Amino acid sequence: MSALRLALVGAPNCGKSTLFNGLTGGRAKAANYPGVTVETRSGHFVSPAGRPIDLMDLPGIYGLNAQSVDERVALEVLQGRVAGKEKPHGLIVLIDAALLRTHLHTVLQFRSLGYPMVVVLNMFDLAERDGMQIDVGKLEELLGVTVIPTVSTRKAGREAFLQRLDQEIEGWEEVEPVVEAERSLKEIQMAARKMASEAILYEPPMNRVTRAIDGVVMHPVAGPLVLLTILFLMFQAVYSWTEPFMDAIEAGASGIGDFVGASVTVPWLHDLLVDGVIAGVGSVLVFLPQIIILFVFILSLEASGYMARAAVMMDELMLRVGLNGRAFIPLLSSFACAIPGIMAARSIDSERDRLTTILVAPLMTCSARLPVYTLIIGAFIPPERVGLFNQQGLVLFGLYIAGIVSAIIIAFVLKRTATRGSSQTLILELPTYKLPTPRDFFLNLWMRIWAFLKRAGTIILSTSIVLWFLARYPTSAGSLKESYAGMIGGWLEKLLAPIGFNLEIAIALVPGMAAREVAVGALGTVYAVQGGEENTAGLAEVLQSAWSMPTALAFLAWYVFAPQCFATLATARRETNSWRWTAFMFGYLFGLAYIMAGLTYHISVGLGL
Amino acid sequence: MTTLDQVKIGERFRVVGFTESDPSLVARLREIGFAEEDEVELLYTGPLGRRPLCFRLNRTMIALRMDEAIAIEVEAWT
Ligand SMILES: Nc1nc2c(ncn2[C@@H]2O[C@H](COP(=O)(O)OP(=O)(O)OP(=O)(O)O)[C@@H](O)[C@H]2O)c(=O)[nH]1
Ligand SMILES: [Mg+2]
Repeated sequence: MSALRLALVGAPNCGKSTLFNGLTGGRAKAANYPGVTVETRSGHFVSPAGRPIDLMDLPGIYGLNAQSVDERVALEVLQGRVAGKEKPHGLIVLIDAALLRTHLHTVLQFRSLGYPMVVVLNMFDLAERDGMQIDVGKLEELLGVTVIPTVSTRKAGREAFLQRLDQEIEGWEEVEPVVEAERSLKEIQMAARKMASEAILYEPPMNRVTRAIDGVVMHPVAGPLVLLTILFLMFQAVYSWTEPFMDAIEAGASGIGDFVGASVTVPWLHDLLVDGVIAGVGSVLVFLPQIIILFVFILSLEASGYMARAAVMMDELMLRVGLNGRAFIPLLSSFACAIPGIMAARSIDSERDRLTTILVAPLMTCSARLPVYTLIIGAFIPPERVGLFNQQGLVLFGLYIAGIVSAIIIAFVLKRTATRGSSQTLILELPTYKLPTPRDFFLNLWMRIWAFLKRAGTIILSTSIVLWFLARYPTSAGSLKESYAGMIGGWLEKLLAPIGFNLEIAIALVPGMAAREVAVGALGTVYAVQGGEENTAGLAEVLQSAWSMPTALAFLAWYVFAPQCFATLATARRETNSWRWTAFMFGYLFGLAYIMAGLTYHISVGLGL
Repeated sequence: MTTLDQVKIGERFRVVGFTESDPSLVARLREIGFAEEDEVELLYTGPLGRRPLCFRLNRTMIALRMDEAIAIEVEAWT
């Protein structure tokens, strides 16, 4: 039997991706703000009666009037306009039960496409908790399609849906969709409101908890303080809560190093393992606890519903810069990684605003830069307390702020020059606060951890080995300068010497383009090769003696702007569909990094640091 | 005629229509849920210059900038 093709359709944030994951065991990102899904995703499951089903998760749309890129993606699927992909046989239309009155018109719009469909009245648990009473039978009768109350976060809730699916999908592949005659949006809305009034038995006021939290969080004075406190806590936590774990990993790495060092006697293999693999990969793995803490914060913000609030609070600033209100969410996602950030810009309806957002997204400090920052800060900034705060945490916070401020300035300049002229809008629905479901939360966290570990095991491992070879050979080389790496890095060193960088840095920057934290691994390898035996412990201590303070600060400044990794460039190329803009992005970031690192170096030399 | 950019926090209004100057904006406002007869109330404003505006629309919340709010015509809820 060939698989039946079904698509999940509905307003943003009504739970499509959650249902998708629950049915297919997929790992689509689900979070509590509108516009999470920006591209289609396919999965597969078998219905209780044994029917194979291909399920497609789509970006959320409020109707058929698509304006932003993500909305167009969804609409193109529904209209069968995607090359190489067949139209779905039928639709699973989701609607947030608590918002039945306000969102029912979306269902009527999807119904007008003529597909066979079922309506999933999702988040039924939340609607019931609020005290909402819906006559589901009446709603079915009015809509003329089956309506299934569902809780897609719970297994039992999904079962309720699956139970009835088989009987619904009977014969769907034979139906040829007949598009209804077009009606004006106003007519559709009026029809929907009338249906809602008949089907809703009792409609309580808005969710009380959400109102109470927002009373504080959206308060004009308390709100910004809450936002600042959260961000501040995040950076403090990255320092204060992770130290014991990092020490343990470091001890583990050096223990393994010692063990391998003692048991492997073939000289070249010994060096490769100790100086190449363990020094390289180990020096990056140490930062795993920090990455975890950072993502715990980011994922909590995303899952709770706070993200959209933060966007609203920052909106006037975005407006004055000239950016679209929706730009805040992609920019905030870029703290995790610029790639999902650039993708998330799809939810911005104006092309020029989307482009501007993509161009500045790499200035948001991504998690891969965290190891670089922490390493240097740990080595050069004393961990003294300044009032309530750890000085190292403060410097880290400062580096993040430096990225944000430069993004604001660059966006401001771009909007008045290269990407001028566009309407800037903000039309953003705020979700109710939700407690993250543990499964989703830990799955998301695990995926981030896994991505980090995978990079350590692949890119970092392979560059460490290659670099070790280049730095170690030819055997006649008495110093790093005479090694292959030294020869290659030599010309780069000439370019970078004016901004205070030495040969080792020049060598480490090149593989750093593969992924930023690779630079840390590379430094680990380069210095381990140079130092010989005793150097497996603490890259930080090695750097303390090898670098001057101005060099360290310049290196930090470099990484605030550092030309982003190849993967980011590739994503920017795909999303802008332009080599010119990609080259522009690379060029301006490189230029800025050079100038700012140079300034930092010379100013701190001047200050006698 | 009152438009949503002029309302005060806590007062309830009824949507009566849209200023049809920008059809694509009106379509977007309608799609996200604004419709004639709906109940709206300004709940919060942003910290900078009291913008943007965050409305309750029936049971949901929607944030708009001034340029969008100005397109929605309302009258006092009675
Ligand atoms: N309590 C409860 N929460 C739900 C339910 N369905 C989804 N959620 C939560 O609602 C939020 C939104 O879910 P998503 O699956 O990301 O929504 P989406 O429709 O894919 O959103 P977009 O991709 O933005 O269009 C998440 O925080 C989910 O955990 C439900 O039935 N009950
Ligand atoms: Mg989704």
